[in-house]
Amino acid sequence: MAELVLDGLTKHYPDGAVAVRGVDLTIGDGEFVILVGPSGCGKSTTLNMIAGLEDITAGTLRIGGRVVNDLAPKDRDIAMVFQSYALYPHMTVRQNMGFALRLARTDKAEIARKVEEAARILDLTDHLERRPAQLSGGQRQRVAMGRAIVRAPKAFLMDEPLSNLDAQLRVRMRTQIARLQRRLGTTTVYVTHDQVEAMTLGDRVVVMRGGVVQQVGAPQELYDHPVNLFVAGFIGSPAMNVLDATLENGALRTALGELPLPDGLRQQLERADAPRRVVVGIRPEHFEDAALLEHPRGGRTVTVGVEVVESVGSDVFAHFTVGTVGTVGAVGTVGAVGTVEGGREMVARIGTATRAAEGRPLELWVDTGRLHVFDPSTGATLTRPGR
Amino acid sequence: MTLTTTTRATRASAGSRQERRLGWLLCAPAVLVMAAVTAYPVGYAVYLSLQRYDLRFPQRARFVWLDNYVAVLSSPYWWQALSVTVLITAVSVTIELVLGLALALVMHRTILWRGAVRTAVLVPYGIVTVVSAYSWQYAWTPGTGYLAALLPPGSAPLTDHWQAIGLIILAEVWKTTPFMALLLLAGLALVPEETLRAAQVDGAGFGQRLRLVVLPLMKPAILVALLFRTLDAFRVFDDIYVLTGGSNDTGSVSILGYDNLFTALNLGIGSAISVLIFLCVAAIALVFVKVFGAAAPGGEAGGR
Amino acid sequence: MNANARRSAGWTVVNLVVVLYALFPVWWIAALSFKDPSTLTDGDFVPRRWTLENYRGIFRTSEFTRALLNSVGIAVIATTIAVALGTMAAYAVARLRFPGKRLLIGMSLLIAMFPPISLVSPLFDIERVLGLFDTWPGLIIPYMTFSLPLAIYTLSAFFREIPWDLEKAARVDGATPWQAFRLVIAPLAAPGVFTTGILVFIFCWNDFLFAISLTSTRAARTVPAAIAFFTGSSQFQQPTGSIAAAAMVITVPIVVFVLLFQRRIVAGLTAGAVKG
Repeated sequence: MAELVLDGLTKHYPDGAVAVRGVDLTIGDGEFVILVGPSGCGKSTTLNMIAGLEDITAGTLRIGGRVVNDLAPKDRDIAMVFQSYALYPHMTVRQNMGFALRLARTDKAEIARKVEEAARILDLTDHLERRPAQLSGGQRQRVAMGRAIVRAPKAFLMDEPLSNLDAQLRVRMRTQIARLQRRLGTTTVYVTHDQVEAMTLGDRVVVMRGGVVQQVGAPQELYDHPVNLFVAGFIGSPAMNVLDATLENGALRTALGELPLPDGLRQQLERADAPRRVVVGIRPEHFEDAALLEHPRGGRTVTVGVEVVESVGSDVFAHFTVGTVGTVGAVGTVGAVGTVEGGREMVARIGTATRAAEGRPLELWVDTGRLHVFDPSTGATLTRPGR
Repeated sequence: MTLTTTTRATRASAGSRQERRLGWLLCAPAVLVMAAVTAYPVGYAVYLSLQRYDLRFPQRARFVWLDNYVAVLSSPYWWQALSVTVLITAVSVTIELVLGLALALVMHRTILWRGAVRTAVLVPYGIVTVVSAYSWQYAWTPGTGYLAALLPPGSAPLTDHWQAIGLIILAEVWKTTPFMALLLLAGLALVPEETLRAAQVDGAGFGQRLRLVVLPLMKPAILVALLFRTLDAFRVFDDIYVLTGGSNDTGSVSILGYDNLFTALNLGIGSAISVLIFLCVAAIALVFVKVFGAAAPGGEAGGR
Repeated sequence: MNANARRSAGWTVVNLVVVLYALFPVWWIAALSFKDPSTLTDGDFVPRRWTLENYRGIFRTSEFTRALLNSVGIAVIATTIAVALGTMAAYAVARLRFPGKRLLIGMSLLIAMFPPISLVSPLFDIERVLGLFDTWPGLIIPYMTFSLPLAIYTLSAFFREIPWDLEKAARVDGATPWQAFRLVIAPLAAPGVFTTGILVFIFCWNDFLFAISLTSTRAARTVPAAIAFFTGSSQFQQPTGSIAAAAMVITVPIVVFVLLFQRRIVAGLTAGAVKG
């Protein structure tokens, strides 16, 4: 177990492509950190650099206080779980799990003891003499985990370890991994493209894009205070709604109607020296069917034409389109947000008691106190709570 | 920016340096062998081809510049052998392509004893060419062969120029169609079943599916198979040597080269023929790559 | 007859045609080898009187037994060397990044296309000078060279199929590059190496041109070449029976190989072809 320090970690490829650009990150001893982002964002490259499977172009990497830039993977004392599991097909489960110990010339009895203990934790005891080909997907995944834990390494590195499982199994294994990590207390770096995994698993989440770290923080912090449009759009499902807006007289004029700003937000915008044209972001759950609210406090009610109503049991999602005003282009380049011809698709998450129906107008209440406002030219947030 | 570039240039890290050294080390023996046994002799062949060099009178060897080439290229034997070779190559490769495709379709589609069919098809590939050539020779020899017995009495197909060439082509086709079929089968496996179903739903009949979907998708595999087989057919030697020995103007360029070397013992002329054959093969390969765009197999396609 | 039965009957006919087409000439030479001299020229498709006399005949002469020994020895040695060198080069081609890789691929491709007759004249001359003419090494050297491209090509396709992650996993598990190769990659590549060995062996076994050009006595003459120089037991007798029997002796082992390893051979022959 150890602390991992990434200091300006950078990766250039010989063809000039830059995969990772100056990542600074300190991962505390025993911490569970998630690297998340769309494919090609540099998260796997970062992980491979930590593992020693890719050379570090610039910057330093310390594991437990020691600079390991030039150490081979075998000298770094880390274990890795691969997306493909990378189980050795010609070895039994027992041999797979004990391989690293065998290479380290551990005593045979000691290997057997450690492998059996790991097998017990992972419920693999009955499968120790089988080969990977005879196991189910979930069992293979557990063998891959087992191979990592028998070594008691300084850190676990996991590269999308659940993405080859079906949805149900994935949810179950997710909980198991979280439990296992708490129990072992081993520093863990976990790469995923799935924001739900990122939100549920990690102590802290690192959102990456184009080789650059966008934001580092606890899951809830990322959700409540995304630093830019990219993070806002990436974290949360369904994604945050975004609209172009103009800032006038302390209110936002949008295609949805005029949204008055409460004092707190207005001060934040003034402090940030907000431009006139901005982008406003509204999380789906910050809408509500106005008919379901007896005493709406603050906020604003607008009327929209509902196109599709989806009920998922616990919630109802109402989809609608609003026209656009002003420039869409700026947002399109900054955020990962869908636009449609002549308007912008939006979704509201409302109570199940709603009587919203497809093709009918709906009175929606907007919680204007929870709006996010972004600078359309940089994508950066303008509504950071003062401290 | 300058800073990052220089660090990148000077820092070919330990890992990639090690990788590079290992790569060279592992390839070195193969490269050395291939260079020593082909590159050097090819150069030597060019050198020999510029000499008058009769093995019966080695001490009279002398440098004659391009005289040997002039002699070969102005000789009707060369052009006769070349036209026979081109004819055999073109006809046999064409038949093999059609037959190979049919065979590949059979192997791909058959629902019954697929393994047996594939194994049977591999037999011609595994058999020594000389053996199959003898089998054909005895089959067509009057008085011995079951096939000759089917012909009108008095006919001796192996002694007639055109019939003999036809039989040579037949032997070549028999021996190498399986290889063609297997290469095409691999290409056929690349055509997704769903695409074919989609074409079927779109209303394409069997012929249309083959012509409009299967063949275009198989094009790379077809080109590679054609390239290999064309070059292979161009060096035809064993079948002709056994079936006709090159008599009645049925000799290929390889037979001509062999005869000049080992019957006439004329190393200079023989080498000139060797070099000319090499140039023909290089030209064929070039045409395939340039005109048809056959990708060099084993290239970076797979990468790492 | 319903459509299903008709379909399977149709396939039976098609398959039968394919199998007969492939096996006809083999059966013919086999039939010839079992005929006794008096019926050898009867043109019958099935021998009327079966005899092993032709086989006894060829095994009585050192001309054939020596050729068989030469064939086996030369092919085995050439295969072993070609596969060993090919494995090393193919591993590098498939797995490592190093400058000059394209050159190696281009070079082996060039040799794969090379007309052997072009090499016969210089090799003939060089081998006479070096004393390699009419010796085992004199044939082993060209065989292994010409089969190297085949070996490299097939093996690198096999190596590419081994998931790259396995090697990474081994390295993270603490293996040196050599240990990763020995403990993880080599065991997984073994079937591919074996298959390549069969293909290379068939290639060497099949050669005729080098065998008749670079040998002059029974010291190194292989079976295909020896067959061509067979003479009848008397001046007036065609050596048909002997040739047929000798042909069967060198055909049967290959057919057995093909029967046993059909699937692997298909995989080997077509490896990489689809990537074209």
